[in-house]
Amino acid sequence: MISALAQLPPLIASHLLLSAAAMALALIVGLPLAILAARRPRLRAVALGLAGLIQTIPGLALLALFYPLLLWLSKLVGGGIPALGFLPALLALSLYALLPILRNTIAGLNGIDAGVLQAADGVGMTAGQRLRLVELPLAAPVAMAGIRTAAVWTIGAATLATTVGYPSLGNPIFSGLQTESWVLVLSGCVGAAGLALAVDGLLALIERGIAKRRKGPIGAGLIPLAVALGLALMPTGTASTRPTITVGAKNFSEQFILARLIGTRLEKAGYQVRYREGLGSAVAFRALAGGDVDVYVDYSGTLWTGAMGRSDTPSRAAMLDGIARWMAAGPKTALLGPLGFENAYALAMRAGSGIGSLDQLAARAPRLALGADLEFLDRPEWKAVRDTYGLRFRDSRAYSPTFMYRALASGQADVISAFSSDGRIAAEHLVVLGDPKGALPHYDAVLLLSPAHAGDAKLRAALQPLIDAIPVETMRQANYLVDRDTDKATPETAAAWLARTIGR
Amino acid sequence: MMPTVFPSAMWRWRRRSIRLSAEPALAFEAVVRRHGTVTAVDGVSVAIAAGRFVALVGTSGSGKSSLLRMANRLDAPDDGRVLRDGRDVAGLDPIKLRRETGYVFQNIGLFPHMSVAENIAIGPRLCGESVDVAARLRQVGLPEDHARRMPAELSGGQQQRVGIARALAGGGKLLLMDEPFGALDPVTRDQLGRTVRALHASEGLTTILVTHDMAEALLLADRVLVMAKGRIVGDATPAEMLAGKAGAEAAALVAVPRDQAERLKALGG
Repeated sequence: MISALAQLPPLIASHLLLSAAAMALALIVGLPLAILAARRPRLRAVALGLAGLIQTIPGLALLALFYPLLLWLSKLVGGGIPALGFLPALLALSLYALLPILRNTIAGLNGIDAGVLQAADGVGMTAGQRLRLVELPLAAPVAMAGIRTAAVWTIGAATLATTVGYPSLGNPIFSGLQTESWVLVLSGCVGAAGLALAVDGLLALIERGIAKRRKGPIGAGLIPLAVALGLALMPTGTASTRPTITVGAKNFSEQFILARLIGTRLEKAGYQVRYREGLGSAVAFRALAGGDVDVYVDYSGTLWTGAMGRSDTPSRAAMLDGIARWMAAGPKTALLGPLGFENAYALAMRAGSGIGSLDQLAARAPRLALGADLEFLDRPEWKAVRDTYGLRFRDSRAYSPTFMYRALASGQADVISAFSSDGRIAAEHLVVLGDPKGALPHYDAVLLLSPAHAGDAKLRAALQPLIDAIPVETMRQANYLVDRDTDKATPETAAAWLARTIGR
Repeated sequence: MMPTVFPSAMWRWRRRSIRLSAEPALAFEAVVRRHGTVTAVDGVSVAIAAGRFVALVGTSGSGKSSLLRMANRLDAPDDGRVLRDGRDVAGLDPIKLRRETGYVFQNIGLFPHMSVAENIAIGPRLCGESVDVAARLRQVGLPEDHARRMPAELSGGQQQRVGIARALAGGGKLLLMDEPFGALDPVTRDQLGRTVRALHASEGLTTILVTHDMAEALLLADRVLVMAKGRIVGDATPAEMLAGKAGAEAAALVAVPRDQAERLKALGG
């Protein structure tokens, strides 16, 4: 509980900064556009239509779409545009904030009494004077209401920035959802809601000040906002002097635990550590190659089939060797070495079905339902195992990992895509189906370094003790500490337990 | 634009105006104004000498407001020319022209977010000049302490007094009034009419008052123009109008207040 609250202040700061930047950009674009569109019906229809269309794209998808878009743009201009972190989050949130700003500013401008506009012309105002002295002051209260709405939306949606690797109050929400730590989820939600309410309240003061043409409430609203932004901008003390390493993690418990294990070691070695957690599997490696992440753990089979696009399944050693050579030659990244355990894809069932291997499953699959994790059904491994054994299920559905196990337990799913290092396999007495035809590749957990740190002797030395140090049973226990339903541990606690257990 | 741009037309006009000695303050020459398919002003030619108080009378839709709006380029004619002191307004800076012209609107159009003082001073402020607001308030018969009030705190009549003060604050000598008393009660109308007539005399204004009320026109103006279907159909002094010398349309409009006056007299008698 206390550790959950302790990590909030820096997250609130970065959350606030992102939201403020997105609002500023949306205002810079939205206000002039609204002024232009207010007197041009066709432009108005196009602008409002597009802003409305953007609004219908789910926030998560909009953020994710900016990743390939920025990568492509970066390639187009010869590199240098970061595709992860602040920039995609800023752009997506600004687009989201545009609609209420546009709609209300246009409504405010169009709502001005025609007689007043006529009088503005009659006393000899130029178009610019009319806008500045009459139209904007009169439209301001309505426009301000739209700005308030946009601010609340933006602060809410900024929690999604976590998925593109920008720290926000979404961090505790997403890691809490994965590990079913409701305290974490709640701390993130309450933090974001509190921030939204506070900002909305201050903007309401400003709105009232504008409507009543009084400076007092405007100042009372603006000053706390400025102070909060100033505080959020203050560097967090020690950050400046020590070299900073960004540790990446995908979106499941084992990754959270390993990231903390790596991060703690690096901090002891004198590094400043930053975490980018909750990355999508495909995003993670590209983030490493692009330098957005310096170190993270991936799995040999994932790299082999995903990043390298291979469909054969060689032996464990041959695969690791092939990956190491490919990484050094192509994306200039480095494979430091395997951690000592596999987290392989496997299909698992409840005990007592009488099925023990994938070829036995094939005959009964048409009457069974498959529960898969969110990416399994789109992965080449699923196609390989499906085609090798001729698997045809009655129904297949994707779940987040935690809910996938629930679905198996409750009978909604009969077969699930399990992970061999998952502590729940042993704890829930599941049967892992054999793979006699060797359709599934190996998934050794491997430690990867970004191009900038591929030859970094100090960093390599700090991480070397983790190589071949974690047996699969130990990893399963560490995972179960976080994944179990009661008395859950945080990833930090599990990482500390893991470090003690392996004596590193 | 200099007159040389329109040599033939301009020269013809100049020769004639020289013969007539002083230039008219405002003149319309064969002016046409269309709104879509409707011809609001259909070939109006009329000259108004400086210092006159002219009433422009007609039923709604007769084109009188459309004609007035072309006097300071709030609208542009589709055909013909509008001249101010002998110069075609098409060649004048519209912003400067409007600042030098007082314009009073039917719906008053005070800026609701500005105080009375700010409203009155707005025109000169745009040119970087200042205004003696207290003097302008006294001129239109309002107490000086009204300067700090907001328009919404005033009655309709008070608001239009501020509107007139605003129109005169720029120091222009041409005052255009578009149904200025249309939204006011009869007592206020009468008081405001007297105020305007007095200002017209004391400030040496040329005033054009658009109204649909013939009685008001006859009592305030020294020349009455009658408009119907976009044309001027009557042009006479109030006395001539009452004597029936200004044509059928004018006679019909004059008949209404005269008839009312006789009926009132009969009631009292």
